[in-house]
Amino acid sequence: MTPLAITHFTLTTALGAGNAPNAAALRQGRSGLQPCRFLDVRLPGWVGEVGGLDEPALPAALSDFDCRNNRLAWLGLQQDGFADAVARARTRWGAHRVAVLMATSTSGILQTELAYRHRGADGALPADFHYAQTHNTGSLALFAAQTLGLSGPAWVVSTACSSSAKVFAAAQRLIEAGWADAAVVGGVDSLCLTTLYGFNSLELFSPEICRPWDARRSGLSLGEAAAYALLQREASRGSEPGSEAAAGWLLGTGESSDGYHMSSPHPEGIGAIAAMRQALDSAGCDASVVDYINLHGTATPNNDAMEDRAVRAVFGDAVPCSSTKGATGHTLGAAGAVEAAIGLLALQQGFIPGGLNCGERDPALGANYVTESRAAPLRRVLSNSFGFGGSNASLLLGAA
Amino acid sequence: MGAAAVEIDLLGIGLAGPGLPGWEASLPVLRGEQAHAGQPTVVPPPTCLPAAERRRAGLAVRAAIAVAEAACAHAGLAPATLASVFTSSSGDGGNCHSLCESLAAPDPVVSPTRFTNSVHNAAAGYWHIAVTGRQASTSLCAFDASFDAGLTEAVMQVLALRQPVLLVACDAPYPQPLQAVRPLPDAMGVALVLAPGGTVAQPLARLRLALQPDSGEPAEAATACADAGLDALRAQIPAARALPLLVAVARGEAARVVLPGAGAGAGKGAVRLHIDVIGSA
Repeated sequence: MTPLAITHFTLTTALGAGNAPNAAALRQGRSGLQPCRFLDVRLPGWVGEVGGLDEPALPAALSDFDCRNNRLAWLGLQQDGFADAVARARTRWGAHRVAVLMATSTSGILQTELAYRHRGADGALPADFHYAQTHNTGSLALFAAQTLGLSGPAWVVSTACSSSAKVFAAAQRLIEAGWADAAVVGGVDSLCLTTLYGFNSLELFSPEICRPWDARRSGLSLGEAAAYALLQREASRGSEPGSEAAAGWLLGTGESSDGYHMSSPHPEGIGAIAAMRQALDSAGCDASVVDYINLHGTATPNNDAMEDRAVRAVFGDAVPCSSTKGATGHTLGAAGAVEAAIGLLALQQGFIPGGLNCGERDPALGANYVTESRAAPLRRVLSNSFGFGGSNASLLLGAA
Repeated sequence: MGAAAVEIDLLGIGLAGPGLPGWEASLPVLRGEQAHAGQPTVVPPPTCLPAAERRRAGLAVRAAIAVAEAACAHAGLAPATLASVFTSSSGDGGNCHSLCESLAAPDPVVSPTRFTNSVHNAAAGYWHIAVTGRQASTSLCAFDASFDAGLTEAVMQVLALRQPVLLVACDAPYPQPLQAVRPLPDAMGVALVLAPGGTVAQPLARLRLALQPDSGEPAEAATACADAGLDALRAQIPAARALPLLVAVARGEAARVVLPGAGAGAGKGAVRLHIDVIGSA
């Protein structure tokens, strides 16, 4: 594929709103995870909650969209001048030539979960419940498109935890085919009862803070996040205000299926290996050009063992890699976009984020897992995202 | 400016909907030789799904897999070789309702299987497990425009991969109380196998597709179905937005089909999906 310019990006996680607090925390090795105190959920476990989402903040015209997920989507769009950059792209290309490809796993399901606690005597949901704008998986794309005034193709990719890596690939295809000139891509997932109790039921929600690559790892910590990127057919040169220089490049994408199990990865990492190799192949690169791998790294025993094996099969055991989920928690459908943004920050600022909470490295895992953040000049970063249903995606990102 | 037109071939169709018991059996209705009758949807048991998975899978998943199987058989292609695009407005509504009921209890306990089945890509996951398919798969939602979005993405995949792609659009109703806020009359699944132009000598149809901003001209309004029953389905079930295309293919005549398109814009300027059905077999 032709490298595609990423002119702007932003992320909001438990580490803070916008790129600066996230980069600072990652460089300093700080975690945004806290023991779970979300609503009335008292499960043993840790979560990465984003502050300021408990009150409505949407403009009146968008008030039907009000739910935790869209509040988080809105907060994220206001950071780092992202919405302004999209407005310039709209002027540059035309509103109908900018696609809006969003990703989420649970959308605004929390709104429905709470509505089920307030059903009427006849069983009906409360009258102020807005299904299409909150619960429906597509609501995030509708909300983002309306907020940004865009009329290009808009939809939500929902393939569990690989969702928001895959929107980069879908956007690249639309631009390559000439069906769009630019695309806003992103992922937003927010804390809800379904995922907290659900991962707990699968015994994948760790009672301790998550410890990717640690010998005693016992599962994931959940987080919430919004992350976006603006992809454009052409970057523009120059340093004048409002110029659309590339902040980084999308060099390659890989997508595959395990075809193995709904909630466990293929133990040999067949699908993960295919996704990573495809990302390299589509960029016309071999494995030696990758300077850092942001792992999926959920800290479940199965994922990390599979991913370690897959990474070594493709890259050997020298390429530095880490999981940033000890800092942000696992943000599910947002994880791909969050970790792409982290990869772009690492490329821009020249650092490798250390994987937190790994006190005692699992001796069975052989990849070059980095536990302390350090300065490092980076040219190319690979980001992995794997999801339920055996859905795998890898992105190869390049420095500006 | 409109987007560049692309040409692809349609190789196979799977169909299950109200009064539409499969592609072949529905041809008289689609061709206008018989009026559509509102019979309940019959979902044939998906033969590729192992018994344990068949028990775990809800109606939305079983319907999606049944039409996927039918479309692959119609195209004469091995399912494992196909990349896939699954699209659904609401996924497995019965599963969602059960989870929400469990979570409304004072001390919620949820079933691990229900949680696993709650992901929007459950149908795609079960399908790729059933056929040991390791090609790329994506799962989409665009509310009422979910079919439009799925077709757009599937066409993009055909161009990018230069190989056949399976598109599966499937919707199933929620039980109450969600049915009241998202009324879908019945389940419906439509699967299409799409391929680069010239893949086979005799495709079912060749399609030329383009995205066009709506000019506001009546000729560019979304294509309706002449049969009132089919047109009611088109308005009520997102997957049934495929019906004007299926009607055109069933009639085997050159036709222009306009889909409302998967964009947030309304009225003039919104992107519509224009499909010219050409060279029908």
